[in-house]
Amino acid sequence: MKKERRDFLKLAGVAAAAGMGGTSAVQSLLGGEVQAAGLKRLGAEKEHKEGLRLGLAIDVRKFASIPGLAERCVEVCHSIHNVPDFGNPKDEIKWLWQERFDRVFVKDTHDRQAPELQKLPVLTLCNHCDNPPCVRACPTKATFKKDDGVVAMDYHRCIGCRFCMAACPYGARSFNWRDPRGKDEQGQPFIDEVNTEYPTRTAGVVEKCNFCVERLAEDKLPACVEEAAPYGAMIFGNLNDHNSEISRVLRERYSIRRRAALGTHPSVFYLI
Amino acid sequence: MYGSQRIIPALIVFVGLMTFAIWYNIGQTQQPPDPELPTEYDECVRDTQFMRESHMVLLHQWRDDILRKSGPRTGVTANGLRYDRSLQKGCLDCHDDKEKFCDECHNYASVAPDCWRCHFEPTKEAL
Repeated sequence: MKKERRDFLKLAGVAAAAGMGGTSAVQSLLGGEVQAAGLKRLGAEKEHKEGLRLGLAIDVRKFASIPGLAERCVEVCHSIHNVPDFGNPKDEIKWLWQERFDRVFVKDTHDRQAPELQKLPVLTLCNHCDNPPCVRACPTKATFKKDDGVVAMDYHRCIGCRFCMAACPYGARSFNWRDPRGKDEQGQPFIDEVNTEYPTRTAGVVEKCNFCVERLAEDKLPACVEEAAPYGAMIFGNLNDHNSEISRVLRERYSIRRRAALGTHPSVFYLI
Repeated sequence: MYGSQRIIPALIVFVGLMTFAIWYNIGQTQQPPDPELPTEYDECVRDTQFMRESHMVLLHQWRDDILRKSGPRTGVTANGLRYDRSLQKGCLDCHDDKEKFCDECHNYASVAPDCWRCHFEPTKEAL
């Protein structure tokens, strides 16, 4: 059958009109259907509710009311873990750091919020997700999820591919572009004072907060929590224990997690 | 054989050059490595032969067990001595001179493990 130009145009018009009525692929993407299906496929639509799962609650207002506390937490963390300071924001290594509220909670801010809340500095760190995307991305299993809920790293196995950095939605991972034991142009070492109890890293590996596993093994609290706990600004404990302090606080107070819609199920909670 | 006047002397020179390392060292005695053992202890975490051959396997087992499975950070020797399952805090607690212990064999066997790019060797002040 020979199609006339006129017939073709008519047919195309009818097809376009029919297409507009139905659900388009774009709409189902926006509605989160694809995301939900993806999470289900990964078996991650539910969080682990049994066994030990370590978590942390950060009281944002408490930190704002005690000047210098957040800086002290960062300082103690970075000094005991030999985190280098390369003096250049592009190469920055951070385990625990401060960021503005509206940048930490991108999806939870809107332009009618109190400006002072949006400017509030918030402590951020690895969220030790229950469903960590970094672990799935790592080709060498250098990063892994432990039974106690900590997302840990084995620097021996890291090949520096930085897939985990691309996978982490929280920017919690940093790459060593330079040798942390080196010196800058002025001869200033990148690590001011090394803690010989804890190893450094080398150039070419990724690093991040380890929830102080080396301290937990000695029945100590993570270093930042130890600094902030006397003020009640940080609460650390087992999220799956109904009677733990962190469970109680999370039940009683309003808390948010970073980018909950992604389905990573962070173990770090923010009390607003 | 075609061109044997050239090929045979060239072969002799070639074989001579290739085996240079062997005949150059004939008659010389190589100093075998002699790692200095700690005086205050007379047993290690495993027997000497195992440690000599497979200490790196043991270190890897300790690492994987502790890091990934939250395994115990200490162990007990056959005679009941408690030790840290750690290179820095365990091995080097007894074998406190890296140069006289580790390097002795590593240099002899020409291996260069990169432990010390991250871990710290015990310093003289710390002892």
